Amino acid sequence: MGRYVARRLLQMIPVFIGVTLLVFLMMYALPGDPVRALYGDQTIDPAQIAAIKADLGLDLPLWQQYWNYLMGLPQGDFGEQIATGLPVGEVIARALPITARLALLAFIIIVIVGIGLGMVAGLNAGRWPDTVVLFVTLIFISVPVFVLGYIYQYVFSNTLNWTSPLVTDSENLGELLMPAFVLASLSLAYVARLTRSSVAENRRADYMRTAIAKGLPQRRVLSVHLLRNSMIPVVTFLGVDIGTLMAGAVVTEGIFNINGIGSELFTALFRREGSTVVGLVTLIVIIYLAISLLVDLLYAVLDPRIRYA
Amino acid sequence: MTTTQKTADLPAAKSADSAGTPLLQVKDLHVEFHTRDGVVKAINGVNYSVDSGETLAVLGESGSGKSVTAQAIMGILDMPPGRIPSGEILYRGQDMLTMSGEERRKIRGRKIAMIFQDALSSLNPVLSVGYQLGEMFRVHQGLSKKDAKAKAIELMDRVRIPAAKERVNDYPHQFSGGMRQRIMIAMALALEPDLIIADEPTTALDVTVQAQVMDLLAELQREYNMGLILITHDLGVVADVADKIAVMYAGRIVETAPVHELYKRPAHPYTKGLLDSIPRLDHKGSELYAIKGLPPNMARVPAGCAFNPRCDRAQDICRTEVPALHPVTEQDGTTLVGRGSACHFWKETIHG
Amino acid sequence: MPDLTKTEETEPVKAPVAEGAPVPPADPAVGKPRSLWSDAWSDLRRSPMFIISSAMILLLLVIAAFPGWFTSLSPRDSDMALYLQKPQFGAFFSPEWLGYDGQGYSVYTRLIHGARNSILIGVSVTVLVTFVGGLLGMLAGYFGGWVDTVISRITDVFLGLPFLLGAMVILVSFETRAVYVIVLALAVLGWTLVARVMRGSVITVKQADYVMAAKALGASTTRILFRHVLPNAVTPVIVVATIALGGYISAEATLSFLGIGLAPPAVSWGVDINTAKDLLRNAPHVLLWPGLMLSFTILAFIMFGEAVRNALDPKLR
Repeated sequence: MGRYVARRLLQMIPVFIGVTLLVFLMMYALPGDPVRALYGDQTIDPAQIAAIKADLGLDLPLWQQYWNYLMGLPQGDFGEQIATGLPVGEVIARALPITARLALLAFIIIVIVGIGLGMVAGLNAGRWPDTVVLFVTLIFISVPVFVLGYIYQYVFSNTLNWTSPLVTDSENLGELLMPAFVLASLSLAYVARLTRSSVAENRRADYMRTAIAKGLPQRRVLSVHLLRNSMIPVVTFLGVDIGTLMAGAVVTEGIFNINGIGSELFTALFRREGSTVVGLVTLIVIIYLAISLLVDLLYAVLDPRIRYA
Repeated sequence: MTTTQKTADLPAAKSADSAGTPLLQVKDLHVEFHTRDGVVKAINGVNYSVDSGETLAVLGESGSGKSVTAQAIMGILDMPPGRIPSGEILYRGQDMLTMSGEERRKIRGRKIAMIFQDALSSLNPVLSVGYQLGEMFRVHQGLSKKDAKAKAIELMDRVRIPAAKERVNDYPHQFSGGMRQRIMIAMALALEPDLIIADEPTTALDVTVQAQVMDLLAELQREYNMGLILITHDLGVVADVADKIAVMYAGRIVETAPVHELYKRPAHPYTKGLLDSIPRLDHKGSELYAIKGLPPNMARVPAGCAFNPRCDRAQDICRTEVPALHPVTEQDGTTLVGRGSACHFWKETIHG
Repeated sequence: MPDLTKTEETEPVKAPVAEGAPVPPADPAVGKPRSLWSDAWSDLRRSPMFIISSAMILLLLVIAAFPGWFTSLSPRDSDMALYLQKPQFGAFFSPEWLGYDGQGYSVYTRLIHGARNSILIGVSVTVLVTFVGGLLGMLAGYFGGWVDTVISRITDVFLGLPFLLGAMVILVSFETRAVYVIVLALAVLGWTLVARVMRGSVITVKQADYVMAAKALGASTTRILFRHVLPNAVTPVIVVATIALGGYISAEATLSFLGIGLAPPAVSWGVDINTAKDLLRNAPHVLLWPGLMLSFTILAFIMFGEAVRNALDPKLR
């Protein structure tokens, strides 16, 4: 087990370096100049630009910039924002809890509603509840998040007046609920479908027949024997999905005016703030890799047939 | 708890026996499956019965309906697509098909238990063996988790699984095929049921292990005086343990007989063909007999006797009329107890 | 078929009763052998999902190819006098049918003209991704070794980067983003998914007996790859690519909405939704109709993909 974790951590290093390098190159090697962008259309002394660049280490060769960046990471140094001069680490520390709250809320919605709908559909495979769930999830998959966001905003805030259209207080879970539903909708649909097919398949498994033949009550057959087996593929998806949730936050946070990781990333992208973008993407990748390792370990708990060697 | 239950049951069992009610009786059972390609009649009027301490072997090829009958008895048929349009399944004289779901559930596992063919897929892969065995006691007798585990270890000892105490927390995939089948047997035996249905319990096992598992099953059956329905396609297994045999073909019983009489004098060409196709040491070198053709497609069962396209004796009547299960007699008309044959030419088959 | 298996030989008192083709009662349809593709086709023709989605896609393709058949106006014909005019639902297919937006454009006309870019991008990305990803995945799966290592590590890196995020990072570097730029950006990120699916599928197929047989008979590598491996491994790729098509259309709209996809004067539903978002409270129709049209298009392709999957992969049904 320990060796497995160690090996997995080692395997993550090339992926981690690859992703950060990729983003680093995209931000710095492609055309566009972040310092120039700071001043918009103003004409400015090239010498002044050069001075700012030297100060930030942007005049160094690209590989050296990347090396310096990598070396700073273990000390929690994510670099400095060009526009504000703030350390990117500080920006993250402020924005992360907000996005984490939003993502966690969305995650809970995905798990409860998605698995619930999937169970209902899977147990009724081929009958009307299955068709209804299939249809509803198809809608959720087809309507892009930003369209759904505005539809919710119009219906629940502008028309029904249930909640405020924009999030004014990111610690108010009530206000976060609608954005969380929007963020959750796509993954929720996938989780529901995955659960459905998993349940529908396992329902016919031999061990389910055994459980019934043992004279177990229906509830026990479903909750102990069916659910646990059916959750194995769903857990994998949920793990991979965390990264998507973080990226989806860019759109959702924009619509509902939430100042989390997503909107920081979005602003930074437009200002061509390389260090901020790379820092935030690095963070998302770390979270993604950490959770996928966690999911792999959880796998062993759910499925004893998996042995880590 | 266990003892009170047993004493409460015993007089009832006795009186039922003395009144001549068999432990389990299947009466004119029909099962059909509604599929996309039409209705498949999997079982067409099956009758059989088992008493306490008795072993009935149900013999037949895949698709003959032998497993479907067992599933109907257990109440684990997939319905839909399955349907039971008519028939009765009497447990101690009570029709289980008219019982409520809860009544049936209480019979399952406690009174009638089942052993499945493939123990690996029939045991839940993500739950420990001890948990799955203990579940019987927890659900049916309300035992605590700890007591249930102790009982599970006891059961594993009974079916002679070595180092039961150490292995109780292992998972099904960590056991060998034979050991897994013993766990299935232990699970079926857990509550000392009146009847065990074993659906090809040894088919998936190595030959050497097959014998061990069958012996164990037979021994435990004697000890608890249980009824046993042994579903198999293996004539070798049957000879040693069964008291009587029902041979099924295309959803019907084509021959019934006490076990040794069947081997000595089959009264149905199909049974005769099966016996002739057993490889025998004393016939070494001669060509092995095989029944010609294939088992029928259950969606298109031949008219008349379903066996007619593969039968050497087939006449015109066989292609038009479904033979009833005739009582089989000696040449002089003496009845042979428990014998029947669904062949128009049973006399010729057994006597000529 | 009197072939005796090993167990039956070792024990003399056993009859091979279960010989011959087993006929499970629940599935009695033992008809003529049908090929996967003809079987899939006969399933598809009967699937309402396939028929409906095909009709939807056909309609969208006609709209994309001949927008002039549906509206007489150009998407840039503006009349500020009609600013935010409400829809007139009686006036079918006329410019005022779905009202006017904040720039005096006819919402309906913009809807019709937006289809071309969406579908062009969705289809081009899918085609590109299928060829590139399919080829690389096939090479990785078939040859293994260092080829596999290199390709697999690259896919790992790309899969670690959320799709939308990656597209944003790439596209923000471009001053002007023509259709082909967006296609390339999405394809660069999208091929890894297809490659991974293809690789897995090829690894399964290459162990099949018929591939072994072809090898033993001395067939050339190219022949084995394209005659034996590809036709048998391509099914899951087709399924994944078809379903992904809807996703690419959604991605383009999202990027355009965020201001890093297509930009005016290009016509895109995403752009229209972006400009309409500030008018949501007073003129919801300006946002609603492009949103619905976009969803309708994505729905059509996803339904189509799922119908194909259900037909090709009966296990998932």
